[in-house]
Amino acid sequence: MSARPAIDGWFTTGEAPALLGSRCTTCATTYFPPTPTDRAGFCRNPACGGEEFATVELSRRGQVWSYTDAQYQPPPPYVSRTDPYEPFALAAVELDEGITVLGQVADGYGVGDLKVGAEVELVVETLNRADDGDDLLIWRWKPVTELGEEADQ
Amino acid sequence: MSNDVAVLGVGMHPWGKWGKPFTEYGVVAARAALADAGVAWTDVDLVVGGETVRNGYGGYVAGATFAQALGWNGARVATSYAACATGAQALDTARARILAGLSEVALVVGADTTPKGFLAPNAGERWDDPDWLRFRLLGMTNPAYFALYARRRMDLYGATQEDFARVKVKNARHGLANPNARYRKEVSAEDVLASAVVADPLHLLDICATSDGAAAVIIASPDYATRHGLDSPVRINAISTVTPTFPNTVLDMPNLSTDAHGGVEPERTFKESIAHAAYEEAGIGPDDVSLAEVYDLSTALELDWIEDLALCKRGEAEALLRAGDTTLGGRIPVNPSGGLACFGEAVPAQALAQVCEVTWQLRGQAEGRQVEGARVGITANQGLFGHGSSVILSR
Ligand SMILES: [Zn+2]
Repeated sequence: MSARPAIDGWFTTGEAPALLGSRCTTCATTYFPPTPTDRAGFCRNPACGGEEFATVELSRRGQVWSYTDAQYQPPPPYVSRTDPYEPFALAAVELDEGITVLGQVADGYGVGDLKVGAEVELVVETLNRADDGDDLLIWRWKPVTELGEEADQ
Repeated sequence: MSNDVAVLGVGMHPWGKWGKPFTEYGVVAARAALADAGVAWTDVDLVVGGETVRNGYGGYVAGATFAQALGWNGARVATSYAACATGAQALDTARARILAGLSEVALVVGADTTPKGFLAPNAGERWDDPDWLRFRLLGMTNPAYFALYARRRMDLYGATQEDFARVKVKNARHGLANPNARYRKEVSAEDVLASAVVADPLHLLDICATSDGAAAVIIASPDYATRHGLDSPVRINAISTVTPTFPNTVLDMPNLSTDAHGGVEPERTFKESIAHAAYEEAGIGPDDVSLAEVYDLSTALELDWIEDLALCKRGEAEALLRAGDTTLGGRIPVNPSGGLACFGEAVPAQALAQVCEVTWQLRGQAEGRQVEGARVGITANQGLFGHGSSVILSR
């Protein structure tokens, strides 16, 4: 039994995981999700005809743009990891690159731990278990607790 | 040269949940609009249908489906799909042929019959479709997007869940006497706050349902209206169906991310640009507006729209709401029809339903919900994949 990303090429795993973006080699605009590598990709800047992209790691930290949670089980193709279903939180996070990226919030954290503008960092956790027994991994946003705050909680 | 077209007639099939064929609803609305216009079906030379995507082939060619159901009369047909803006795009298509002198009288119809519960994506694995991936990878439902916008209002502008409930209370009251509304019942703030939280901070009663329903509009050139004996018909002054401009930096359903803003926020957000284009085209400003019909998919979203339409400054919609300015009798009534809160959403019909309501308001026929002295009305909505619309009507 092992673990693999739920989707190929969107993020790295390991010690310091990061989202993978595509940077247009013509106009330097960065995109997430990355442009596909197995077929043609086109820059979406209307003033650019670029078709070549470099894969880049995006900032591992960002500021919360907004947040919510899913108190009811979402419909398929969402697959709940637990039975019965356990609600989870979601956050949209603005990265230094100027891209806002949605993600689930790390296990153990809810909307009460979040605030618009608060700092979060990217972690990789298990989304659900595949039919072959592998854990499917996904990126998540984890609130950053500043030194000193921890003692107050 | 004015690009105005005249509204000869409007009609609706009431909103509800019966699961009948969408064609039946559409024909009822079309016949109501024809009767309202005093136009014979055989005089209509263009039918534009709003496509419904959950009703098989007949839904994909809705324009032809309605024309056939009304009895083939040789009219040209077209079908539009633009998510929530479908009806407005269909109206825009009809307007273009009329202004070009290629058609004389057009019937525009949208109708839908909808499934119960969350709107889920179509079946099958589609790893390059954001509308599928948002469910598969994140469990991101439509209400979750509405909740993100709602939470931002709370953290940035001090909105409260009580404010959101206040929107529902207002719209429920507005819709009480509307014969086409699905929900005609007073709702208290306590009812809203006691309903289950779906996606924090939004409760079940903050979020609109999906409904069956149909709306139809008959338009023609102002000359035709005069020949038809209409002295001062309601006119459509503008139909904005602009798409976003790059970079689109506000997270839109069903996307997982935004474009990179490169350090400079664009002059207008997409929703602001939809309304701006309508005002520009009409040569009418926000100060001239008597009423607005906006897409309250959630209560909180109505507050966003009030600002997107420049009816007040950013962050001030709660103050307007609390002062009663957006209530019937107030300075700028919003959703006098009762809005989606009282109707629920019937996607291809909804933008046309907004136009029907504004027409009734401008004619002084909105019994039990009339905005006194209404001269100018504006509609607004936004849907998936860069679609949105705003229509300005006046009399
Ligand atoms: Zn480029």
